[in-house]
Amino acid sequence: MTTPLSHVELRPGAYADSVTLLQVSRAVQGLDGVLAAQVAMATGLNVEVLTEMGFEVPAHATTNDLVVALRLADGDALEAALAGVDRALVDANRRTTGTGGSGELAPPRTTATALRGAPEGLVLVSVPGASAFVEAMDALDAGCDVMVFSDNVPLEQELVLKRTAAERGLLVMGPDCGTAVVGGLGLGFANTVSPGPVGLVAASGTGAQQLLALLDHAGVGVSSALGVGGRDLSAEVRGASTREALRRLDADPAVELVVVVSKPPADDVADELTSYAATLGTPVELALLGAGRPDLTAAAEAVLARLGREVPTWPVCAPSEERTATPGGVLRGLFVGGTLASEAALLAREALGEDAGHTFVDFGDDAYTAGRAHPMIDPTLRLEHLTRAGADPTTGVLLLDVVLGHGSEPDPAALLAPAIAAVPQPVVVAVVGTDADPQGLERQVRALVAAGAEVHLSNAHATRRAIELLEAAR
Amino acid sequence: MTTPTHVVSTGADLFADAVAAQAVDVTRVDWRPPMAGTEADLATVAADPRRRDANERALAAMLGVTATLVDVAPASEVLGLGRGEFLHAGPPIDWARTSGPLRGALMAGAALEGLVEDPEDAVALFESGSSVSLEPCHGRRTVGPMAGVVTPSMWMFVLEDPATGARTHCSLNEGLGKVLRYGAYSPEVLTRLGWMRDVLGPLLQRAVRTVRDSTGPVDVTGILTQMLQMGDEAHNRNRAGTLMLLRDLAPALVTSGGDATDVAEVLRFVGGNDHFFLNLAMPACKLALDAARGTPGSTMVVAMARNGTDFGIQVAGTGDEWFTGPAQVADGLYLGSYGPDDANPDIGDSAITETAGIGGFAMATAPAIVRLVGGSVPDALATTRRMHEITLGENPRWTVPVLEFQGVPSGIDVTRVCRTGILPQINTGMAGRVAGTGQVGAGLVTPPAEIFPKALARLAELARS
Repeated sequence: MTTPLSHVELRPGAYADSVTLLQVSRAVQGLDGVLAAQVAMATGLNVEVLTEMGFEVPAHATTNDLVVALRLADGDALEAALAGVDRALVDANRRTTGTGGSGELAPPRTTATALRGAPEGLVLVSVPGASAFVEAMDALDAGCDVMVFSDNVPLEQELVLKRTAAERGLLVMGPDCGTAVVGGLGLGFANTVSPGPVGLVAASGTGAQQLLALLDHAGVGVSSALGVGGRDLSAEVRGASTREALRRLDADPAVELVVVVSKPPADDVADELTSYAATLGTPVELALLGAGRPDLTAAAEAVLARLGREVPTWPVCAPSEERTATPGGVLRGLFVGGTLASEAALLAREALGEDAGHTFVDFGDDAYTAGRAHPMIDPTLRLEHLTRAGADPTTGVLLLDVVLGHGSEPDPAALLAPAIAAVPQPVVVAVVGTDADPQGLERQVRALVAAGAEVHLSNAHATRRAIELLEAAR
Repeated sequence: MTTPTHVVSTGADLFADAVAAQAVDVTRVDWRPPMAGTEADLATVAADPRRRDANERALAAMLGVTATLVDVAPASEVLGLGRGEFLHAGPPIDWARTSGPLRGALMAGAALEGLVEDPEDAVALFESGSSVSLEPCHGRRTVGPMAGVVTPSMWMFVLEDPATGARTHCSLNEGLGKVLRYGAYSPEVLTRLGWMRDVLGPLLQRAVRTVRDSTGPVDVTGILTQMLQMGDEAHNRNRAGTLMLLRDLAPALVTSGGDATDVAEVLRFVGGNDHFFLNLAMPACKLALDAARGTPGSTMVVAMARNGTDFGIQVAGTGDEWFTGPAQVADGLYLGSYGPDDANPDIGDSAITETAGIGGFAMATAPAIVRLVGGSVPDALATTRRMHEITLGENPRWTVPVLEFQGVPSGIDVTRVCRTGILPQINTGMAGRVAGTGQVGAGLVTPPAEIFPKALARLAELARS
């Protein structure tokens, strides 16, 4: 007779980034006798998740403490499980430090020292938001462009970064810049696309990815996609990075058409941007999202039209067995892409009216990522919500996105498919990706369809289809 | 736009992997969270528009200084030190808080100056405090090794930067064992100090002035450059430096007209005291660092010093303010039967050498001492490399052969210390905690971590105002 055992311990002063800890947690989950395992920094969100899992985290835990929480089949497994945690942490650490290419030397500890040896570089910062500014300033001090993937960076710090960059002719992509393609090199979450005549400036990471995927399907390449961060076109930041990005793409002879994609900008900033764009030699297509404005798919079609290319049929794959929406239910959108979530919410509001009870959660929002990896890397939170929404009788139809590309988890469909198969409602999925992406677009689509989902390449089309299914059940 | 040929990735390894998968070189930064509670101050200081330029100027000012030995003269003359005035190492302290070795040294000093007959009687003198005063060496353009006690009749080396005429000072080195600077005050200590005052000082003065006036002053910075190539790190090992100094001064000593027996004794004393040059290395470092002192907006450390009770730092951007915490006991090897219980917490202004990039920062160049200070050769290489993580630059003049002639790590940056949690490494001697004991060992020590967030907080406060 054995009884399950919960074990929670704090390790003050230990630190690993959230992606590493996700890998450690997964490795430990796979050990014999381990029912559940979470190894994470004790941030507010993570403590909440652990509490929901039934673990008791000591109240004195701070964000600098590492929590090891294990649920074991019985007490005998504890020693081996803890040894497994240590081994996984060491392995993860070895990966971090062993591939730096610097032989016996210890890796640099700050961006500044990393740039001392090789000042000609581009810097990618993805540390927690409270420390991102300092690392990004190191890049600017060394005369380098910088992409700040980190979110939770205060606005005033963004203003200082961009003002400093403007003084020095440098480009700050971000903060909260999820995606960039610089001269063909994908940074952050980036799809693999062929070089081509389009240059993107994106104040929206998944907005850029949707355009990259749609243009790729239409056979149009993109030479650079410069992210500028979601706040760049706000009344405070006033397009500081958008301007520099436009200047650079205008100077690039490979770029025939520049597309600016952004969440709804401040009105006067949109006007300033329009006037600035008119001064450039390269034509600029503005795809500024918002109520009454074209969706991302329509924007991609406008780009194709301006280039004189044919608009293809955007691909759809339907499952063999169609599920029926719960009558009177609501639409539940569970997204990893912020812009994709806003686009879906916008379209649903237009079609179904305000306050109809439909929900659109963006798991990439700052509130969900403090001390946790982005949902494109760590699917845990969304999977939980998906199962919960499926069990909720008020859920009519489920709408999801799956974003492929460098940086995203290696096989998102593998984890989603069982959850999709288990829910009774119709599930519509927008898969944003290209054939050349590391996850394999076709393979992902096939697995999702086999689980019972209807899969679209266009997020707008997926949303409209979900609305249609909901209305059909009325 | 052209494809970047090199990406620095600071943060999630996954993104570095993605770049590497696209066949572009990646440098991975081994980022860790900064010292607790420093994030906001770090951001404020990083945003200070004066910082980058101020640090460049502070570092350049420090690296631009050269030190020459222009004179040897009593402290009463060159520092204006009056009867009853005592200088000591480290940040300011009053008698009540002084540690054993500083007490012992002050007692010896009082006896040397004739303020008391017996050193033991000095305790009452300092307790009353009416006719004596204590003041940090650093406040008078001076550095003192270990207890760092300077009294009016002690002879001082005078160093000068020929470009600016700026000067710094340091007393003459007494040798090892039972000596004033380690807190010993027995009759033999006072006898030696008397000889240094009556014989060594005057003869050195004549020799130094002769050399200065004939071939130009001894180039102390130049000797430092050479000794770093010869296995000295110029804090715990100064053998090559001492002998080079002697080479420069010996002819003038011989022809000084002094008594031949006295000259021979001076040559024997200096040549037999491997630490003699330390008292020139220290003021040379202070001369360089003082050039950076008072640079608004700069986060560079310009002094690290200990009084045996407190460890203090001064920063270029915060004037003469001290940021202090409790001095630590060094980790190292002990002489004879002494052990950790006998050692006093860290003491002395000699950490000025580390502040300038030598000593513990140049450990890689001095394999002969790594065992003395409790380490292996690979540890020594790793230490010097690690110190590059917390410094603003390198010294092109002072290079380390075994590290491909890389310059020593120079200009400790308060923000880098707070960001990495890496503390400056200091090579040090250990004084006995009981007054009168003398030296008990030598080893490695670091400053108390909390003084760097304290200095950072002040820098942030100044940046906001």
